[in-house]
Amino acid sequence: MSRLPVTPSQTVGPFFAIALPWPDGPFVVPEGTPGAITISGRVTDGAGEPVPDALVEVWQADPDGGFNGHPGDPRRTGTSGFRGFGRCPTGADGGYRIVTLRPGALPCGDGRTEAPHLDVSVFARGLLDRLVTRIYFPDEEGANAADPVLQSLSLRSRRDTLIATAAGPGEFRFDIRLQGDGETVFFDV
Amino acid sequence: MTEFTVRPYERPRGVHPPYDFAGYRSSALRAPRQPLVLLPHRLTEVTGPLLGAQRVTAVDADLTAGHPGEPQGERIILTGRVLDSGGSPVRRALVEIWQTNAAGRYRHVNDQHSAPLDPNFTGLGRCVSGDDGRYRFVTIKPGAYPWRNHPNAWRPAHVHFSLFGHAFTQRLVTQMYFPGDPLLPLDPVFNSVPDPAGRQRLIASFDLATTEPEWALGYTWDIVLRGREATPFEGSDDE
Repeated sequence: MSRLPVTPSQTVGPFFAIALPWPDGPFVVPEGTPGAITISGRVTDGAGEPVPDALVEVWQADPDGGFNGHPGDPRRTGTSGFRGFGRCPTGADGGYRIVTLRPGALPCGDGRTEAPHLDVSVFARGLLDRLVTRIYFPDEEGANAADPVLQSLSLRSRRDTLIATAAGPGEFRFDIRLQGDGETVFFDV
Repeated sequence: MTEFTVRPYERPRGVHPPYDFAGYRSSALRAPRQPLVLLPHRLTEVTGPLLGAQRVTAVDADLTAGHPGEPQGERIILTGRVLDSGGSPVRRALVEIWQTNAAGRYRHVNDQHSAPLDPNFTGLGRCVSGDDGRYRFVTIKPGAYPWRNHPNAWRPAHVHFSLFGHAFTQRLVTQMYFPGDPLLPLDPVFNSVPDPAGRQRLIASFDLATTEPEWALGYTWDIVLRGREATPFEGSDDE
């Protein structure tokens, strides 16, 4: 059986706000949910200027490390109803804000464990394909040190671009630098 | 369950455009300079949001409806199947589209093109693929429009598509074009796709069987998302 060739990506362009933002998009859980955290930051370009027309999407496990019974999860864990997905367009200052719950750690299936993280897609005019990165948490030093993805980044300065900074109780900051000084690590997914 | 294996998705090479594409001016300051880091497919990558019926109402697939009157332009039916590269239909997955009106104008505050807005057209559609992976929209044919990428630059008529599939790895945002458009050879976005055959896969086909007499022209366009890596048994996906 031959494989079908995959459809190529094209840029999201400057006008996606017609369709892609949802009123509840930034709220993986409603604001005020017990245990809710916020993750906010700015998307900037190679000149350090804000990117005001990007879309930031996140996907993550629930606090127990489950995916609501998703069939792609061989453990089929979680029946929490947790959406796990958020999307937020950036504003004039390049800023985005997501309200969610802290994800749980995840087994790799081979005895290792991934530290709590969110997978992130960035779409924007000028990006012909999405960029993929990850958000890790600053107060998970032990788990981060054992995380195989973070371990694969030998340069500490590069690794640190994936770790959010604490910005207050339940608040984290995660800036996304598309290019240049402090460029965020992006993944070939 | 502590021991398990995750079957990864294929990583097609040479299919998607490069981030840094000289002909597309906006990529210059936004394309990363550092090489991408390989991310193995583990639980977060092989799962994804399953956003179906609760995100969509039946009228969302008809972009000509929901306004006081009929939009200007050439009414079209746009349909096809969402498949994975193993040939399996991608069932019950959210499809989002957006486009200009017939005059080539987006209903967006930043669109400065002097072409008129159409009070009867917003240009936003949503649907959920069926059990055979099929999606179907009723809309009007979008128009070409000028942009400032280079002197006398015009985008060919296109419809933007956003697809979730079932896994984070399958997420795809792309654009669908129309056959025979003389602007295609001149468009840097279209031509950023490295493989000529890949560019052809972004072009819909006119289809008389989809065309409805006295009502609307039909176009078909199948979309292929990444599937799981092939195994010796070429098994179907996990559903």
